[in-house]
Amino acid sequence: MSAPATFTLDGRAIAFAEGQTILQAAVAAGAYIPHLCFHPDFKPHGSCKVCTVTVGGRHAASCTTRATAGAVVESDTPAINAERRALVQMLFVEGNHFCPSCEKSGDCKLQATAYDLGMVSPHFDHFYPDRPVDASHPELLLDFNRCILCSLCVRASRDVDGKNAFALAWRGIRTRLIVNSRTGKLADTNVTAADKAAHVCPVGVILPKRRGFATPLGRRVFDLKPISAMADASAAVALAEAGEPRRDRQSDGRLP
Amino acid sequence: MNASAPVARKLKVATTSLAGCFGCHMSILDIDERLFTLLEKVEFDRSPITDIKEVGDCDLGIIEGGLCNAENVEVLREFRRRCKVLVALGACAINGGLPAQRNTLSLPLLLQEVYRSEPGAEHGLIPNDPELPLPLNKVHPLHEVVHIDFFIPGCPPSADAIWAVLTGLLAGEERPLGHGLIRFD
Ligand code: SF4
Ligand code: SF4
Ligand code: FES
Repeated sequence: MSAPATFTLDGRAIAFAEGQTILQAAVAAGAYIPHLCFHPDFKPHGSCKVCTVTVGGRHAASCTTRATAGAVVESDTPAINAERRALVQMLFVEGNHFCPSCEKSGDCKLQATAYDLGMVSPHFDHFYPDRPVDASHPELLLDFNRCILCSLCVRASRDVDGKNAFALAWRGIRTRLIVNSRTGKLADTNVTAADKAAHVCPVGVILPKRRGFATPLGRRVFDLKPISAMADASAAVALAEAGEPRRDRQSDGRLP
Repeated sequence: MNASAPVARKLKVATTSLAGCFGCHMSILDIDERLFTLLEKVEFDRSPITDIKEVGDCDLGIIEGGLCNAENVEVLREFRRRCKVLVALGACAINGGLPAQRNTLSLPLLLQEVYRSEPGAEHGLIPNDPELPLPLNKVHPLHEVVHIDFFIPGCPPSADAIWAVLTGLLAGEERPLGHGLIRFD
């Protein structure tokens, strides 16, 4: 049997299977490339561009670029991280991100990515958009103020739950998340808290009701460990959120 | 060392709270006994700690809170004129924070709701004393109005984060806040 094909990521050899993208292979190998709209369980969407790397010196979104043998991929460089930081800053000012009052704080991939990129300010002027919340559903709250338009809930509801409850409407700067029901309200869909779509949001939009701050700030997934030190951050958050409140959780999300 | 060697001048530091809750200033006090070490190197100018009302020429200005009225903007501009280095301290100074959650509501509606719909000190009238600073249409963070040199996020930032940045600045370096010190909540 021949050795598996590899490419290099910042000098480290990463093995990949035919058809895998650079980011899929990196996540499988436990190597970190910042990403927001990618989730290992779903087909890549390629919209946030936070996973941008250079392949042979050219910029490419690593979640949608096929891995090829011998490719030289650079990711963790000051120049690329500065570009990622600017992208993340734009996401912060386009929405309303008031972390101290957000139930997702500490478990949020946008916030954790910002921490990891050393983002101390949003740099740009804020849009302060007006995005009313949807509290119609008995089990779930939708706070659109924090939506980064990653489409993970759209993909989960369509491809896993078979309900097609969410969609991205409009285009460009006017793009926004909508609910596919006659009233546009979540209560008028057949979405339940058990759906995959209720558990994939990387930020604090789709939240279970009546669980507010069960785990104190400071004891949450990315408070204990930086996102860059996690092989699969999405899995760590899912594990933690499915479990007991993390009053005493260890840094890998497990109870001692 | 001879007797004529210059004594290192203490750095002048001014602090203020604009549209903030003084939580960030509580965090400054939370650096506890390290304040004594700090006071060997700095002296406070205008600050709630000294109760000096006017800001003089300073090396460092530290500002908590965002901008919710005309007086906030005036004080911020004065700090920018007087301080060589300006630090935005805490969530409200950096993104408007809690006060900015009014930004999607119209100001007349807010004033009606607060002063007209409930009986209060102003007997159902919107206060219009000329001494009162006019509220801004929206709450803004500091960097949208003046140049800010350094940011310490957090609600409030921890004493350790404040200490890390201050000791860095006193040593003449910008020290990045690592994991655990950089927090938005
Ligand atoms: S979604 Fe994340 S970044 Fe946005 S307010 Fe919540 S914790 Fe902060
Ligand atoms: S609600 Fe969450 S999962 Fe859905 S598009 Fe917005 S950020 Fe992504
Ligand atoms: S993770 Fe690749 S574009 Fe979003």
